[in-house]
Amino acid sequence: MKKLMTGNEAFAYGAYLHGVRVAAAYPGTPSSEILANYANYPGVFAEWSPNEKVALDVAIGAAYAGTRAMSTLKHVGLNVAADSLFYAVYTGLKAGLVIVCADDPNMHSSQNEQDNRNYAKFAKCPMIEPSDSEEAKQFVGVALDMSEQFDTPVIVRSVTRLSHSSTPVNYTDEGPPPPPEEPPAYERDPQKFVMVPANARRRHPVVEERLKELAEFAETTPLNYIEPGSSKLGIVSAGVSYHYAREVFPDATFLKLGMVYPLPEKLIREFADQVEKIVVVEELDPFLEEHLKLMGIEVHGKDIFPILGEFSPSLVRSCAVKAGLIEAPPAPPELKSDLDRPMRPPMLCPGCGHRALFHVLREEGVLVTGDIGCYTLAFAPPLNAMHTTGCMGASIGVAHGIDKAGVKDDVVAVLGDSTFLHSGVHPVIDVLYNQGNTTTIISDNNATAMTGFQEHPGTGKTIQGHPAKVVDPEKLVRGIGYEKVDICDPYDIDKMEKILKDHLNSKEPSVIIARHPCVLSTREKHTPPEVDPEICINCGICLDIGCSPLVQEEDHVRIDTLLCNGCGLCVKVCPQEAIIER
Amino acid sequence: MKNIDFLMAGVGGQGTILASNILAEVGLQLGYDVKKAEVHGMAQRGGQVDSHIRWGEKVYSPLVEENNADYLIGFEMLEAARFPHFLKEKSLALVNDYRINPPLVNLGKANYPSKKEIEALLLERADKVLWVEGTGIAKDLGNPAMIGVVLLGALSNLVGGDKEAWLDVIGRMVPQKFVELNKKAFNAGREVSG
Repeated sequence: MKKLMTGNEAFAYGAYLHGVRVAAAYPGTPSSEILANYANYPGVFAEWSPNEKVALDVAIGAAYAGTRAMSTLKHVGLNVAADSLFYAVYTGLKAGLVIVCADDPNMHSSQNEQDNRNYAKFAKCPMIEPSDSEEAKQFVGVALDMSEQFDTPVIVRSVTRLSHSSTPVNYTDEGPPPPPEEPPAYERDPQKFVMVPANARRRHPVVEERLKELAEFAETTPLNYIEPGSSKLGIVSAGVSYHYAREVFPDATFLKLGMVYPLPEKLIREFADQVEKIVVVEELDPFLEEHLKLMGIEVHGKDIFPILGEFSPSLVRSCAVKAGLIEAPPAPPELKSDLDRPMRPPMLCPGCGHRALFHVLREEGVLVTGDIGCYTLAFAPPLNAMHTTGCMGASIGVAHGIDKAGVKDDVVAVLGDSTFLHSGVHPVIDVLYNQGNTTTIISDNNATAMTGFQEHPGTGKTIQGHPAKVVDPEKLVRGIGYEKVDICDPYDIDKMEKILKDHLNSKEPSVIIARHPCVLSTREKHTPPEVDPEICINCGICLDIGCSPLVQEEDHVRIDTLLCNGCGLCVKVCPQEAIIER
Repeated sequence: MKNIDFLMAGVGGQGTILASNILAEVGLQLGYDVKKAEVHGMAQRGGQVDSHIRWGEKVYSPLVEENNADYLIGFEMLEAARFPHFLKEKSLALVNDYRINPPLVNLGKANYPSKKEIEALLLERADKVLWVEGTGIAKDLGNPAMIGVVLLGALSNLVGGDKEAWLDVIGRMVPQKFVELNKKAFNAGREVSG
């Protein structure tokens, strides 16, 4: 039967169906739902690891042990896990290892727009790219087979539009092949698996030879194929862009590439001989285009389509019209109205503990180095309370560096609990070791909230619902050697201010754990307070906390009770005491 | 079998994703090839959430092309007003008569356009704007989260297809204890456009 599945659901189904028994990941949009779905299948082990590098090592270990394994991550997650990818390409494995990696063109939820096809070339690792959910399911199986045939990890590339789109998948009630009756026996082969220089030097030629074999495989694999059409125009495309191109160029000859690295040069030449003009339709970098150009083939690509952002059928069509590839379709008249439509940027939720913390930080005027999470939204007006954000865990090192540069401002680093466990532990060690006095604030809401409330080592539960030891950030930093550690609910504004001032005045490195559970996750809700219109002078100070239920009317502020969470932060910040708790 | 392209626009937390899932499943049930894409930003709540749903003989792109949507389903007035350029001529906009202020409006730094302005904008492309008191109807039935099902009820009359196919999908996709309530919400929506 056909079942609608998102790309992410299909990756998970494919992994289950093709016998992946161990999978590990750290959540990251748009990849998070792959592991979340996989974890629900029977007979599999899934884990949220503290970060992507650990996750990939776990998957590599399982594959070394002869068990099919998967690691899933977003594009920037592969930066974290890159070290592991590179050694695994050298060692190879005992069983299939698939890495499902999701890029985020247009940065719907990311700090950059890197094109991870470049990693395939860089790490000398084969990469295949499905274009819809049915292919997502199938390609995971193909990747595992390739991984075993060529003794290498295989990357399956996704993008946001594939991971988060739903398309029909052939679904059966059949499960995966049964697991082996005996537990796997580990075959010790240190020459292959210990990458000291002498062994690595022996492995590098194997990697190069393997790439040549993979390029031969690319010539004949059904992943790559020519779709006959008019000889006037040939389109080269892969992934979800292929579908946009199919809409826009219904008559063209297509070279649809399911395998994007290494590329099938003979097939490409065969295709090139069939058509008068070649156009590559690919999002982000001119990865395919440059390869074709190096082959001496005349192609168009980034001279027609942008290097920035995400494609859509509308964009591909308008670029194609502009380049004279197609006629402009009949269009309805241009819209005349220029109605002003205010944007609706994402905001911290009503009742969010981060808001109370950043209110205090702003009031104190400190320089805040931030990190990746919901709380990054505190950079925006009206809170305006974060001044740098780069990548997971960067906040602490950046704060320490600013301190060491001799800046006079009070600097604090702020990161969430899940981000702290992801990559905040090493930098707090650094601050301690190198005589820093940075104050690190862990804004602890007991959740990986932004990506959808995944469990993490501090929540006491695994992805598969098993109870787990709780990694307590307080014990952890005290164990490392921090002596100045305080815990405070940021909703206790006065106490929070006092602790913050005390830490800023102190000469020693310190940690504040600002702890308030995520209200979306606890579903905690109270009766909304009321504004007394007689007392409210409409000064707008409450509006500066950036809480969506607070609405400025003509002569006073009103609270939208449908949206309000009843947290009472506005009651505390109103200087007129015009907002009254009920 | 002709292609039908739908665009849904709302605010995080309004239930657009469930509604778009239902609409996609109905298409599959009615024998179409179906694709669906969601566009949502970072935050769990309060940002824009848009869904593209395409039914057809053979559908390639999961994204609807500008100038091509047959139906715009707005869960919130301003969100509907963002997408007239997606509508084809002689299309239809179905809009929940409900306003959620974006932050700049709350801060008094931007104006929320009037219902009349929004209607005029949508009518530049659409044949008709059908206003639905979706939030009111859902609230009266006891659960404001059912806006989406009310809107789908109104849509079902216009799109056609066996009513039972729609109800069957709703029965499978909403939590078991809310099935009857959602069927009521669907029927209430049908009355609006019937």
